[in-house]
Amino acid sequence: MLSIKNLHANVEGKEILKGIDLEIKPGEVHAIMGPNGSGKSTLANVLTGNKNYEVTDGTIFFDGKNLLDMEIETRAREGMFLAFQYPIEIAGISNATFLKTAVNEMRKYRNMPELTPKEFLDKIKERAKILGLDETLISRYVNVGFSGGEKKRNEIFQMLMLEPKFVLLDETDSGLDIDALRIVSEGVNIYKNATNSFLVITHYQRLLNYIKPDFVHVLYKGKIIKSGGKELALELEEKGYDWIKEEELQTENK
Amino acid sequence: MNDSVEELKPQEELSEDMKVLDDLTSSEYKWGFVTDIESETAAKGLNEDVIRMISSKKNEPEWMTEWRLKAFRYWKKMEEPKWPNVHYPKIDFQDISYYSAPKKKPVLNSLDEVDPELLRTFEKLGIPLEEQKLLSGVAVDAVFDSVSVATTFKETLNEKGIIFCSISEALKEHPELIKKYLGSVVPYTDNFYAALNAAVFSDGSFVFIPKGVRCPMELSTYFRINSQETGQFERTLIIAEDDSYVSYLEGCTAPIRDTNQLHAAVVELIALENAEIKYSTVQNWYPGDKEGKGGIYNFVTKRGACRGRHSKISWTQVETGSAITWKYPSCILQGDYSVGEFYSVAVTNNYQQADTGTKMIHIGRNTKSTIVSKGISAGKSNNSYRGLVRIGKNAEGARNYTQCDSMLMGDRCGAHTFPYIEVENESAKVEHEASTSKIGEDQIFYLNQRGIGTEDAVNMIVNGFCKEVFKELPMEFAVEAQKLLAISLEGSVG
Repeated sequence: MLSIKNLHANVEGKEILKGIDLEIKPGEVHAIMGPNGSGKSTLANVLTGNKNYEVTDGTIFFDGKNLLDMEIETRAREGMFLAFQYPIEIAGISNATFLKTAVNEMRKYRNMPELTPKEFLDKIKERAKILGLDETLISRYVNVGFSGGEKKRNEIFQMLMLEPKFVLLDETDSGLDIDALRIVSEGVNIYKNATNSFLVITHYQRLLNYIKPDFVHVLYKGKIIKSGGKELALELEEKGYDWIKEEELQTENK
Repeated sequence: MNDSVEELKPQEELSEDMKVLDDLTSSEYKWGFVTDIESETAAKGLNEDVIRMISSKKNEPEWMTEWRLKAFRYWKKMEEPKWPNVHYPKIDFQDISYYSAPKKKPVLNSLDEVDPELLRTFEKLGIPLEEQKLLSGVAVDAVFDSVSVATTFKETLNEKGIIFCSISEALKEHPELIKKYLGSVVPYTDNFYAALNAAVFSDGSFVFIPKGVRCPMELSTYFRINSQETGQFERTLIIAEDDSYVSYLEGCTAPIRDTNQLHAAVVELIALENAEIKYSTVQNWYPGDKEGKGGIYNFVTKRGACRGRHSKISWTQVETGSAITWKYPSCILQGDYSVGEFYSVAVTNNYQQADTGTKMIHIGRNTKSTIVSKGISAGKSNNSYRGLVRIGKNAEGARNYTQCDSMLMGDRCGAHTFPYIEVENESAKVEHEASTSKIGEDQIFYLNQRGIGTEDAVNMIVNGFCKEVFKELPMEFAVEAQKLLAISLEGSVG
């Protein structure tokens, strides 16, 4: 589904990603962990096409198509979804209007007819129920006046509405209490199936108690320095990042 | 005095100021506009003879002529206002022709002859084909008979005793109303352009809603017979008697390419006891090209008087056109418990300049006013809000709420706010909120990431920003206004 090779990327002229290789197959859940400043968010921004990030080398293929040739919205229409760490507020536009536009853009891209208002409403109600989302949030302006938890839940709600095949969760657990974390994770787990893939970016192991990864990668100074199964996350939780840093240092010195 | 047919002067003879106008017109020639103008035009320049000529051409009563002359004499002593935050070459008032008999609109054979740019805009606005023809001066076939639409319309109004006609017609049919109300809200002494307008106004709309009548439909200039050509010096007068209601729509979302560069209109509204006037404007005059050449100077005086208790005047405007907009639709809240409202969206792009806002003058007790102004600046444009809230000595319990928001697109445009507040009564409550924001890159990115293209994303953000004003517009108008905004801001981000 997603194939990243030797990815290098700059932010404001400074190299942040220094050669990433990552292969994600349909149905897989990958987690990227790493200390602050290791390049986790940069990876999410590069994948989604944020123009403040410059790819200097390497390739990314998404379902066999060259992702780097695509505009942000094309990547989204191809099925790439980013659950934002800090969801953005848009005053004066209701969640419903926003979602209707987005859903229909996706459908148009796939040569499907627009949803009728009734179909849309049914869909919205059904998906909101899954997340236990307060229905009034649907008519409220996008993220305006939402609590931190509501914003994150709204991201997952959008995911359920847009039905992407590849989901990036960028520090979705940050600022969430246990209950919200559980609800958000449930949403993800409901959506998870044999064809959808996830890339979970997180600082803490906590989220991975709820969303079980198939693979865990440690990102450090712009490189993946260690990969493993979910036990790696537990090891990180227990020992912190220092032991990996030391390991890395030793390799470098050899 | 000279009322003979005059040839258009060759280009070299036009003064520098009018060159811009000429560029505008000649660019229209390119598309086959105005090839054979059959009009009666007075020689350029303004003097008492010209004013007498205008008045006599319109068969006006003596008192009207005198009023015009008084206005002219007053105007001669006045100076052009310099305080607005707009810049333009000095206007030579002697280089303008002040009278032109109702011209026949140039008739084109089909839409193929119309400027494709204009057609593209029509299409985006979703204007029906027959209406497109009407607006662009193409001969209309029998299917869309605007006259018959207007006739049915007129009958309905007549039954209710509502008068809706041109000012010229009203002068003949209802001189007592004109004499009583014309200039009673905006006297000719008010300002430079109001004085000029009083002296030379060509025509405009007159509306009278009798006591206790609720006007059953939105009145629109569009439906008034013989009014498809908007005048350079328009004059509008609306009177709502006790317990009456009227909603009036001025303008049209279709792009208007008038050949007159200077527009100085005056609008007067009078609301008596318990009466309500809702006045909505969509202004889409030619803004000039992308380099700032050409475009209309729109210098307008609009004012409403809430004379009766519990009367209400509400101005809603969406200003996207004109090279320069200079207008302050205002309310004089004289009657106790009267209400004034001003909802405005002003968009400037490229080299457009707008200095617009309102004045709320609280005189009566427990008067209330609301001001919501949304300014959007893009390109190299400048957008100013200028507003005055004055609470008089006797305006016990007066209240005002003002909200002024500016949005900037790009970093070469400007947004300015000049709020003036004068309070002479200590029981008054005046609130002012203001904000300036840049259209967020992060907002656009967010919407892009949800599959929404940049142009649509910008429209969505801007429409959200203007929401509070759009909801005040009549439904159909609101939909068109949203599309209009999209067109005005096309390509300003990205």
